[in-house]
Amino acid sequence: MIQAFAFYLFATVVILSGALTVLSRNPVHSVLWLILAFFNAAGLMVLVGAEFIAMLLVIVYVGAVAVLFLFVVMMLDIDFAELRSGFVRYGFFGLLIALVLAGELIIAGGAWSQGALDLSRRAAPASGDLQNIEAMGALIYSKYLYIFEAAGLVLLVAMIGAIVLTHRERKDVRPQNISDQVKRRPQDAVRNVNQPVGQGVEL
Amino acid sequence: MSIASSILLTLPEVILSVSAIVLMLVAAYAGDKATRVVNGVAVAALFAAFLSLGQEGVAFDGLYSADAFANFAKPLIYLAAGVSILLSTRFFATEDRLRAEYSVLILLATVGMGMMVSATNLLTLYVGLELQSLAAYVLASFMRKDQRSAEAGLKYFVLGALASGILLYGISLLYGFSGTTDYHGVAEALANGVNTGELFGIVFVLAGLSFKIAAVPFHMWTPDVYEGAPTPVTAYFGSAPKVAAVALLVRVTIEAMGSAVTSWQQILIFTSLASIILGAFGAIGQTNIKRLLAYSSINNVGFVLVGLAAGTQDGVSATMTYMVIYVLMTLGSFACVLQMRAADGRHVEDIASLAGLSRRQPALAAAIAIFMFSLAGIPPLLGFWAKFVVFDAAVAAGLMPLAVIGIAASTIGAFYYLKIVKIMYFDEPAEAYHPVGSYVESGVIALTALAVSPLGYLAIPMLGAASAAAAKALF
Repeated sequence: MIQAFAFYLFATVVILSGALTVLSRNPVHSVLWLILAFFNAAGLMVLVGAEFIAMLLVIVYVGAVAVLFLFVVMMLDIDFAELRSGFVRYGFFGLLIALVLAGELIIAGGAWSQGALDLSRRAAPASGDLQNIEAMGALIYSKYLYIFEAAGLVLLVAMIGAIVLTHRERKDVRPQNISDQVKRRPQDAVRNVNQPVGQGVEL
Repeated sequence: MSIASSILLTLPEVILSVSAIVLMLVAAYAGDKATRVVNGVAVAALFAAFLSLGQEGVAFDGLYSADAFANFAKPLIYLAAGVSILLSTRFFATEDRLRAEYSVLILLATVGMGMMVSATNLLTLYVGLELQSLAAYVLASFMRKDQRSAEAGLKYFVLGALASGILLYGISLLYGFSGTTDYHGVAEALANGVNTGELFGIVFVLAGLSFKIAAVPFHMWTPDVYEGAPTPVTAYFGSAPKVAAVALLVRVTIEAMGSAVTSWQQILIFTSLASIILGAFGAIGQTNIKRLLAYSSINNVGFVLVGLAAGTQDGVSATMTYMVIYVLMTLGSFACVLQMRAADGRHVEDIASLAGLSRRQPALAAAIAIFMFSLAGIPPLLGFWAKFVVFDAAVAAGLMPLAVIGIAASTIGAFYYLKIVKIMYFDEPAEAYHPVGSYVESGVIALTALAVSPLGYLAIPMLGAASAAAAKALF
């Protein structure tokens, strides 16, 4: 009972927020609706027992991609009214793609109802009694540890590369140097002057 | 097998990655002042990795294999990486781009290359290849203010990403149709007859790898990238990644696709002949020495593939012998290219500036002549032996037409190598070069010239035995 209720709740919100992503006039609102859609899609994934994908949706899509979208939308000066102006021109093409997608969904549904494909020859068949996050973790940190660490090195190279190719020393900025500030002593910076009346200060 | 013993088997890669990470921290805190120290430590790390080689076994459930084949290819890779670090210091100091990250990137690329030659699983193959390629893209555009270098990096990146995509598509097809990414599992699946899906997988994998070794018809990037990249980086591109990619190709074709020789043999025969012929003709019109050497590398890859196309143990052994000699010739030639500097210290690359070099710098001219004769495969230089063993293997495997066409085309290649010798020895002297840069560079030139000279034949029994042992590990 509660599952059915949760399913209809998540599904309704996904569809509504998806529609509002497309329809809202303000692009920032669009991104916020998109984030809501991702959250509810994650809820749906939890319901079907795919916790790992649910976490990926929240961490990767909401945490990184959607926030990136938000930054881009806010930082770029895009005239969205102009972008939307060709609705009639592109409407037919959009409809065509929508029809193709709908057709594929129907075929996929039909094929699925005929029974699953034979996946018995997989190299790493999932054992039934493990949760899928545990199963993934056990594989990544044992059997595929080597690849996992190497993937980390690939990311490290990407980071070093980005810095090597874009970082430059700028002469015209004066960054804060905390160690210089801490090392500074009062006698280097302050001078006590017994100032006679009627004379200017020697600087 | 426990994780600890697996890690122990991958000790060379562990040493290199740990030292790369430590050196990166040194570079971050000490800045570019520390470049010479970082370079020295990086070469020491490569030497330490070399000393840690020699173990044999299978690690991480068949993801990684340390065997005679890997232990043959890795020293060669480490040597090439070390020389390209040694050659870099003076070059980048002249060009005002002495950065400590250079050797860090070379070390990380070397880790990737070690993974490539030891890979016995398509997953390891791909991750290793990406690690190496990503570092190579950055190295190609290392002189980011130089327009040609930036262009080289961008071109290499875009085309390399495309090739990676093709390779990955092939891997996914092989995985999908054989149900495993393990080389032996793939070989078992292919032994039961190659179906259309698997055939497409093989073709796509070979296409992706042909790009990495710059074999025709996936060679278009080579001249531009070789020309645009800084010369030490070009020396590196021509040597270490080529060894790694050829070793990877050998292992994939023999270990994973060895049960379906007939389905890839004709592909290799075609790419090998096309590379030999296009490399020979393409180089004739070049006026830039680095572009000429790029076509020469395409040409040489063709000869390497002749050995592999034989598909026999002797063929693989010949391929690996060829790679050793080729790396020596490449490193020597590029060390000579580094000596081509105008009087004001600028690096020049046009072949015309070599005119009359024999009267200005007879030693340098003699060294270049040795490398060119050797690349042309003229006896008694060592380059002849390399060509002899691959053609011998091809003839023994019954590929007589391939050998005949290959030998005929290699005489065309001899033309442009000899043209350089003619320009150096018989043309009127051009403007004098800047005096030779450093002892390291002269040392590299002298040692490699000595190695490819007839003296190198003394090492042939040892080299032949080592490459035969390496080839035996795959069969």
